[in-house]
Amino acid sequence: MPLVTQKDTIIALSTPPGQSAIALIRLSGKSALSIVNHFFKTKDLFLCASHTVHFGTLLDDHQAVLDEVVVTLFRAPTSFTKEDVVEISCHGAYFIIHRILQIMIRQGARMAQPGEFTQRAFFNGQLDLTQAEAVADLIAARSATAHKTAMHHLKGGLSKSVRLLKDKIMHFAALLELSLDFAEEDVPVAAKEDLKKLVQDILDTIQPMLESFTLGNAIKHGIPMAIVGQPNAGKSTLLNTLLQEERALVSSIPGTTRDFIEGTLMIEGVHFQLIDTAGLHHTEDMVESMGIQKTYEIIKKSHLILYIFDISSTTAQQIEKKLSQIKSFNIPTLVIANKIDRVTPAVVQDFCHAFRCVPIAAQLGKNIQQLKKTILEQIQLAKISSIDTIITNERHYESLLRSKEAMEKVLQGIQNELSNELLVLDIRTVLEHLGTLVGEVTTEDVLGHIFAKFCIGK
Amino acid sequence: MFDSYDIIVVGGGHAGCEAAAAAAKLGKKVLLITMNLATIGQMSCNPAMGGIAKGQILREIDALGGMSGIIADQSMIQFRMLNLSKGPAMWSPRTQNDRLLFASYWKKHLESIQNINFWQETVGEILIENNQVIGVKTLRGITIKSKAVILTNGTFLNGIIHIGTHQTTGGRNGENNSRGITEQLNSLGFKSGRMKTGTPPRIDARSIDYSVMEEQKGDQTITGFSFQKHTSQQITQQKSCYITYTNTKVHQLLKDNLAYSPLYNGTIQSTGPRYCPSIEDKIIRFKDKERHQIFVEPEGWNTIETYINGFSTSLPEKIQYQALHLVRGFENVKFLKPGYAIEYDYFYPTQLYPSLETKNIQHLFFAGQINGTTGYEEAACQGLIAGINAVQKINQISPLILSRSQAYIGVLIDDLVHKGTEEPYRMFTSRAEFRMLLRQDNADLRLTKIGYTIGLAEKSRLSGVEKKLKETQYLKETLKKTKIMINNEIPQEKKSIHDLLKRPGMHLEQFKTGQYRDIIKNYTEEILQQTEIQIKYEAYIKKEWTRAKQYDSLAKQNIPITIDYDQIKALSNEGKEKLKKIHPKTIGQANSISGVSASDIAILAIYIKKLTNHS
Repeated sequence: MPLVTQKDTIIALSTPPGQSAIALIRLSGKSALSIVNHFFKTKDLFLCASHTVHFGTLLDDHQAVLDEVVVTLFRAPTSFTKEDVVEISCHGAYFIIHRILQIMIRQGARMAQPGEFTQRAFFNGQLDLTQAEAVADLIAARSATAHKTAMHHLKGGLSKSVRLLKDKIMHFAALLELSLDFAEEDVPVAAKEDLKKLVQDILDTIQPMLESFTLGNAIKHGIPMAIVGQPNAGKSTLLNTLLQEERALVSSIPGTTRDFIEGTLMIEGVHFQLIDTAGLHHTEDMVESMGIQKTYEIIKKSHLILYIFDISSTTAQQIEKKLSQIKSFNIPTLVIANKIDRVTPAVVQDFCHAFRCVPIAAQLGKNIQQLKKTILEQIQLAKISSIDTIITNERHYESLLRSKEAMEKVLQGIQNELSNELLVLDIRTVLEHLGTLVGEVTTEDVLGHIFAKFCIGK
Repeated sequence: MFDSYDIIVVGGGHAGCEAAAAAAKLGKKVLLITMNLATIGQMSCNPAMGGIAKGQILREIDALGGMSGIIADQSMIQFRMLNLSKGPAMWSPRTQNDRLLFASYWKKHLESIQNINFWQETVGEILIENNQVIGVKTLRGITIKSKAVILTNGTFLNGIIHIGTHQTTGGRNGENNSRGITEQLNSLGFKSGRMKTGTPPRIDARSIDYSVMEEQKGDQTITGFSFQKHTSQQITQQKSCYITYTNTKVHQLLKDNLAYSPLYNGTIQSTGPRYCPSIEDKIIRFKDKERHQIFVEPEGWNTIETYINGFSTSLPEKIQYQALHLVRGFENVKFLKPGYAIEYDYFYPTQLYPSLETKNIQHLFFAGQINGTTGYEEAACQGLIAGINAVQKINQISPLILSRSQAYIGVLIDDLVHKGTEEPYRMFTSRAEFRMLLRQDNADLRLTKIGYTIGLAEKSRLSGVEKKLKETQYLKETLKKTKIMINNEIPQEKKSIHDLLKRPGMHLEQFKTGQYRDIIKNYTEEILQQTEIQIKYEAYIKKEWTRAKQYDSLAKQNIPITIDYDQIKALSNEGKEKLKKIHPKTIGQANSISGVSASDIAILAIYIKKLTNHS
């Protein structure tokens, strides 16, 4: 039997399940149009052009009005899956969504497997492997920044960066092969220094892409942020205050909840994971018990530490001591003075001046907006947007890492005056790894490069 | 007039000679048909054998029991081991040869084999019954029956020679071409293409001023191609080659006369090799290059004919002559034969099985330039394999197919039958994935046993290889056991010679004198070299072996015969077309098709996996 039964028309709810204002149901396949047309009574969809939007009424089997909907048509092959695609925007009530799915399935549609739309797009030649993976990431993307990165990959941003890299490496391979296969010819010999420079250049291109992986992951899964402080400092209150505001906007996605993550938070489209260290130690001071490996590891993974203290019951010495302990993590730390409603403005000013802290009253929700703004500033979002290619996918990372390792061997080889055919062994490894991202470099490609660039032949 | 033969070989060039010799030595009754018995074993182009990648092929031919290495050794006038400054995988033997001696040694050898018969005629038709070849028909209408036919027509099929605007039909300068075969095979469904190649002028050695050129002498040590030692390898004198260069004046003259070049005025449309461009090609494509190298090669011990490598051209004789006179050292040059371009038919080699038998017609084999290759060595090895496999076919034994990790011959044939070629195919070491394994020094270790099993390599050769293996192994063990202290090295501890050899700059040579000399004194140079290579490059060789094994296991993954590539829409269009056309049997074969990308392979692998999961 064929790989994907292309005759099937698949259907799925494309918006997250649960109560919402609007829901989107999507169909793809040969019968997508006829199935929807069967229930859509306002006009005949078969007479409508691709990429058009139609408002109308959806009737059920008994000719009763189900919902007022907006139907968008994408005809094959100019749709995402290259098949006929119909998208129905309906009201988000549970009943309506399930009723629509039900009648459509009865009419011949089949519930789509997870990722099946993307899979169809992929197998119908719409996407290359990197693009398909970016779509998978896009589906999982939970925030505006993640969305931007995923969109960048989808447009071929990663492919383009890697392709540029591949060209550089191919030129390098050509220089080496030239010296091997055409040693008898009057061809330029690449100087050791030039080769070294080229390798260094390649390494310099790979390195920031690799570094962007940690950042990329943070964007995708949320930037981990740990809240530390004494039990009575108000950690839980702060956590709840932050989350209460956002709970309506952020829905937790099943399967992603991890140990110690109390919740996810969105600030201006940037996604954060809040790590509540309070759950680790109820009795002792968090910072003092950092020696415990597990706690230590967890805090170490965060990109930002929020250190909160009770301004009404903490001395400057105590704060200094904690801060010097926290400093050992070498992670940006934001100091928060809580319960400012219990002290005089002068005291607040003193502390803020001494520790550059953000004054809040978590219980009262005071200064929470300012805190959020400061959090955003702290993680230096500017840095994120300036990097062109952010690696978010494990496979991409792996390939680049292996390429880098092989290139370092090449560099070492050049320094040890290794013969070129041995250097080529590692270069071939690099090309294999990059090839898994954007298509392989064949011997023909390398030879073609040689013949185009150098005058060969007697 | 004619008996029935086992095998008819059409053509007496490098492919034809190897095919006839192999088939006859394997006990078959062979008829070699050639248009001219006097031109058997001709070196149509430069008078040299081997070189980078090609030298390795000659060593492989020799290890399998072929003759080209021995003939080249017998007729050499100069020997060089190229690429010695690099690692052993790159070392490549090359000889300059006496053109006439080379041909006469070939002829003499073939004539020494009792069951080869000869016939001078042109074959115009292949006789076929039930999709199987049953013989040939000559232009004069003679029918000769055989069980198998090997076509090695070289550049003769509908050959056209171009010199300036002048065109003549011919297969080589001064020789007729061959007509009829292409047309007949086309009518049988074979697809053919047109290729182009060229050759430089030949000049009078007495008119060359060698004193202004760089001399290139032969090596002091002559190892030759054959693993079997021949007396002729002990030549006491060697002929030198010389190097001179073109200059801007030459380039200007050529540029001014491009209109007379059949390459540039549109007369020649077919594909020439990118790596062997004519001089007019070079000056147009590489405008910035102020000079191009010319390699002056003597054509033999006792001849004035001189080959000027690097000056291939199809411009009119007059222009060739004028241009040569502008080259340093050629100021008073006398012309013997003009350079020319030749166009000829070839058959897409993807129509062949890896045995070199055609897919359309059983018992019909193609070898050499008819398959789109260029070069004596490339032709010879195909002839050898076609000769062996024609015999295997008649004997109903499975064919000899060498893998890409086994031999350059394996790489060559695999590339041809699975990827095809659109320009004359020449071997480069970079075409081999496992270059470290395919060395000239171990061709015998790789292939002699195969040659012996088939019946081509003599018993003495096999014993030689076994002895080489044993001695190398023994010496390696001894070197592991022999531990010495190096002065002034921290930490001060004893190291085995084996481990020391892995260091750059350390060689067994250095132990020939001093207290350890007894360990190695009883070994031949060949054993010492082999041992050193195996120790020094152990890590690389091991790595390639692992890769080769992985490659072979992926390569063996079968593609279902019923596969419908149109169902897999994610395949690139080019990849899909190639897959549909070539119908590879395994993932490995699919992978070796040009135009089929890594993504295509990944998609194909996923698809096949899903197919198997579903069924």
